[in-house]
Amino acid sequence: MRLLLEKRAERSRRMIFLSPLIAVGLTLVTGAIIFALLDLNPLRALFVYFIEPLTNSWSIEQLIVKATPLALIGAGLAISFRANVWNIGAEGQLTAGAVLGGLVPVFFPQWQSPLAFLFMILLGVLGGMAWAAIPAALKNRFNANEILTSLMLVYVAQLILDWLVRGPWRDPQGYNFPKTVSFSGWQLLPQFKLLPDSIGPIYINLGAILAVAAALSLAFLMARTLKGFEIRVMGNSPRAGRFSGFSRARTVWFCFLLAGGLAGLAGICEVMSTVGQLQPSISPGYGFTAIIVAFLGRLNPVGALVAALALAISYLGGEGAQVALGVSDKIARVFQGILLFYILACDTLILYRVKLLTNQSAEASAA
Amino acid sequence: MSELLSIILTIVTASTPLLLAAIGELVVERSGVLNLGVEGMMAVGAVCGFGAALATGSPLIGILAAIGAGMVLSLLFGFLTLTLVANQVATGLALTLLGLGVAGLIGVSFVGQPGLKLAQLDIYGLAAIPFLGPIIFGQDVLVYVSLALTAIVAYALFHTKLGLIIRAVGDSHQSAHALGYGVIPVRYACVLFGGACAGLAGGYLSLAYTPQWIENMTAGRGWIALALVVFASWLPWRVAIGAYLFGTVMILGFSLQGQGIGIPSQLLSALPYIVTIIALVVISGNRALMRANTPACLGQPFVPDR
Amino acid sequence: MVKVKRNYLLEALHMVKVFGELHANDGITLRIKPGEIHALLGENGAGKSTLVKMIYGALQPTSGEFLWQGAPISIASPAFARKLGIAMVFQHFSLFETLTVAENIALALPGRFNLAKLSEKIALVSKEYGLPLVPKAVVADLSVGERQRIEIVRCLLQEPRLLIMDEPTAVLTPQEADQLFAVLTRLAKEGRAVLYISHRLEEVKRLCHTATILRHGKVVANVDPAKETAASLAKLMVGGDIHVVGTQRKQRAGTARLQLRNLNLPADGPFVVELKNISLDVKAGEVVAIAGVAGNGQSEMFDAISGERSLAHNDMICIDGEPCGRSSVNERRNLGAAFVPEERLGHGAVPAFKLSENIVLTRHSSDPSLVRSGLLQKNGASGVSDRVIKAFDVRKGKPDPEARALSGGNLQKFVVGRELDRIPGVLVINQPTWGVDAGAAATIRQAIIDLARQGTAVLAISQDLDEIFEIASRIAVLSRGQLSETYAAGEISLEQIGLLMAGAHEVEEVRHAASA
Repeated sequence: MRLLLEKRAERSRRMIFLSPLIAVGLTLVTGAIIFALLDLNPLRALFVYFIEPLTNSWSIEQLIVKATPLALIGAGLAISFRANVWNIGAEGQLTAGAVLGGLVPVFFPQWQSPLAFLFMILLGVLGGMAWAAIPAALKNRFNANEILTSLMLVYVAQLILDWLVRGPWRDPQGYNFPKTVSFSGWQLLPQFKLLPDSIGPIYINLGAILAVAAALSLAFLMARTLKGFEIRVMGNSPRAGRFSGFSRARTVWFCFLLAGGLAGLAGICEVMSTVGQLQPSISPGYGFTAIIVAFLGRLNPVGALVAALALAISYLGGEGAQVALGVSDKIARVFQGILLFYILACDTLILYRVKLLTNQSAEASAA
Repeated sequence: MSELLSIILTIVTASTPLLLAAIGELVVERSGVLNLGVEGMMAVGAVCGFGAALATGSPLIGILAAIGAGMVLSLLFGFLTLTLVANQVATGLALTLLGLGVAGLIGVSFVGQPGLKLAQLDIYGLAAIPFLGPIIFGQDVLVYVSLALTAIVAYALFHTKLGLIIRAVGDSHQSAHALGYGVIPVRYACVLFGGACAGLAGGYLSLAYTPQWIENMTAGRGWIALALVVFASWLPWRVAIGAYLFGTVMILGFSLQGQGIGIPSQLLSALPYIVTIIALVVISGNRALMRANTPACLGQPFVPDR
Repeated sequence: MVKVKRNYLLEALHMVKVFGELHANDGITLRIKPGEIHALLGENGAGKSTLVKMIYGALQPTSGEFLWQGAPISIASPAFARKLGIAMVFQHFSLFETLTVAENIALALPGRFNLAKLSEKIALVSKEYGLPLVPKAVVADLSVGERQRIEIVRCLLQEPRLLIMDEPTAVLTPQEADQLFAVLTRLAKEGRAVLYISHRLEEVKRLCHTATILRHGKVVANVDPAKETAASLAKLMVGGDIHVVGTQRKQRAGTARLQLRNLNLPADGPFVVELKNISLDVKAGEVVAIAGVAGNGQSEMFDAISGERSLAHNDMICIDGEPCGRSSVNERRNLGAAFVPEERLGHGAVPAFKLSENIVLTRHSSDPSLVRSGLLQKNGASGVSDRVIKAFDVRKGKPDPEARALSGGNLQKFVVGRELDRIPGVLVINQPTWGVDAGAAATIRQAIIDLARQGTAVLAISQDLDEIFEIASRIAVLSRGQLSETYAAGEISLEQIGLLMAGAHEVEEVRHAASA
């Protein structure tokens, strides 16, 4: 028995749509098997995990809350990966954005005005961009592998945050807990009612709106502009990209600053809403899960939006499963990893036709 | 004096997992494959090693389980990248995420449990020699294994036909294929070797370095090992030097924390990561060195020319 | 001297190989005698490489029989072929750049691994056959001719009865080719057979005892090349008269549109050739061809002129009088220059992009109908794409396929047509018809000549001397990064070009040989 890969003349359009769906399906099947191995009823477990989060308005709100940072970061990473720029440090850029934006409530908690709000958001974006600028500069100047440098900076950023909230930025009235003052007033994200009281109500915050706006505008950028063309060429054939007049260095800058800025935005939005303050842990690994979001979304910003919702379900499902089934919520991470594996495996189908050869058919084709 | 001794001993144990993981990855990359999943393989190695030792009462079984766990995960990686020709960077990342997730899940019941520690050896009773004795003759077996492995890899890569084939496959897989060598089987073998080493490194962490299980105990060591391979320009003895350098930096950071110097402990903890970045920058910037030593096919998928 | 005229060494009887619908080999019979240099002629796609792969054991025939010294045999694998005594020197070498000569050869030989003994044997054999090699040398440092010697010595160490050579002189200077012929003739005298695949008809006439000509998978003739002319051989290969490209030798050239003045470009890496003091004028209406064997600075020169690599002084290159040595690629395109690189997939075109998107690749800066205010104009791109496809007869399946779905010749026509459609003032083209079938090659060469006739200055870099003589009005030779003087095409002979190509090159080899 042998696996034979036959290269297709062109990428299969059918598979571009089908492959993420097949991957999700395979993940569900694998999930069922895992649940069975844990002595749980597989169907009930799958229901608790994937369907229950969609059944009441509170959990849909939570879904959107969790999907927002995933979508913001995922959109930026989708573009970055398309250009073959491997920003793995989004988690660190998220942290840096939260820290820089957090300057405002920590030092000026009384500054309550729309300007303070805008300033915080801006600082968040700039913080993420600045943190992302480091691996970009090192890549361009020294050809240092951006995967390793951006990743190392995640640890550094988290340690800086830890130091700040335990040390100089700790809330003096906080009973010695490692956290800053709680944010308030204009220094929090405004909420909007998405669905009226009769159906919901479902509230979303500004972050969700920004995520949708980002996804749509970046999708437009990729499909219709010369910049998007540049990204696609550089990711496909860097030599052709140089021949076309594009510069690898500029592409690297663009991708890192874009993804970093979006990650910083996600960071500041998180601490301005869900978390409401700075503390040692402000993100359950959104920066890493966003990598999976980007791939599940086929490296397309709008696809990333949809994928963010799918992966948000896995976070909620994990929490729900902990309560209802007694399974650790860490199973969410396992599902996410399995999903990424299946996505990558199924992507092979886009470029290649897979044939399983038995011994007889192998001889027949050789004869 | 005894403080210096204990620092040196700790440096050796801190460097050993880095060396183990890096030497395995060096062989993998020499064959042209980039496996970024070292962190994930280390994590499952650590948790499986801990669990197996706990269950059987034998650290040796733990070590074997750690090796096995690393190999299973690397097999998954190999299947995706070598048979299904998936993108190696993305698959390596997936391996890390999956490995960390699985390790966290399995390890839930191990948190807080006391672990088994791998025994210190006492070679020919020479560990009794003051100062040098414990350093050279009193380490646990895996320290010696790591150094022996380095020597074996160094010899095999450059003085045997197998090593020549591995280097050839990493240099030009199309040429190797044209000459009739099985590029895919060679790469599978190297990937499995790398997985075994990474798993072993993880097992060392939970069975010798800190004999317990803490979530995220790998703390980025797998990534540092990857950087080490680049830093060493894919040469085995340089990997050993690099591993011990990083180990020194790590332990220096820890020991300074206890000294009450004004530097906050978190920033001292950040030292290894910052040093990794600096080391990468210094080596990568030397384009001539990189060009001469980087395996030409590193990270490129192999599909035979028709 | 072995005189075995009665028996054949290898007979391939009625070989058929079918790939899906395609009959790559359709009942081919080939007989090779020991001591014979047997040419295998045919156009790209005639079935030569399929047949040879079967002889070499890399492919199994659909039907047909092999006889080795009269006995039926099935060549199951390359290893089996090697045991029989069949060795092959490929057109594209299977060498490992960072390994030494000895290590490269060790990888190709079965048996125990002993580098020291092997190095001795290599030194012996290479000296004996006049193919000097230094066993400890790293392949990356060697010239193409020296690399071919590694391949040949690798074969010779296995005592082959039949040596297959695939387009061996494509990468050699005329003098190196002569050395090769001496080796092959000697091998034949020793009673070995040589199967010589080539499309260089003059060489075949000089060297080979007999020739089998393939067309569309069948044998169309088996002749004695000495009794044929190059023209009659060509006719047999192609099955008719080839379109003779109309030359333009009599064209009077106008002002200089492309000027290179003391162009210097240092090497930016270990395997890169430094360009030294290149000066050249290309005038409106003329085609200047740069001859040279691969690896002498052709890509570096192309990158310098196209702008992918920036020069020290702005006035090292002038396009229509404008200094642009430090300008970007697109700034040069906006001055009216167009460029066609050597590699179409991955450099000249993005393989996964559609043809209409590939139009945008080189023309987004110079063509306002393609990009407006940063937004792509898809209709504009499709329009241009259709125009190019029509004008250059680009054969493709779907209306707007991905570039990699096209055959080499059709993609090259598209890539060349994309630039010619702009009617540029200066065209710089590297290897215009490398790997392209005869029909497409003729189209492209004619288009280049017609373009020059309209007043464009054309600079063509080519390794194909036949092509150069077909299209060029002036010729210069690039060797080790230095450019010779230019000569009018009618005033220089093949021998002189060969000497210019060798240049400093041969001194290197003498040095290597002396230290062997």
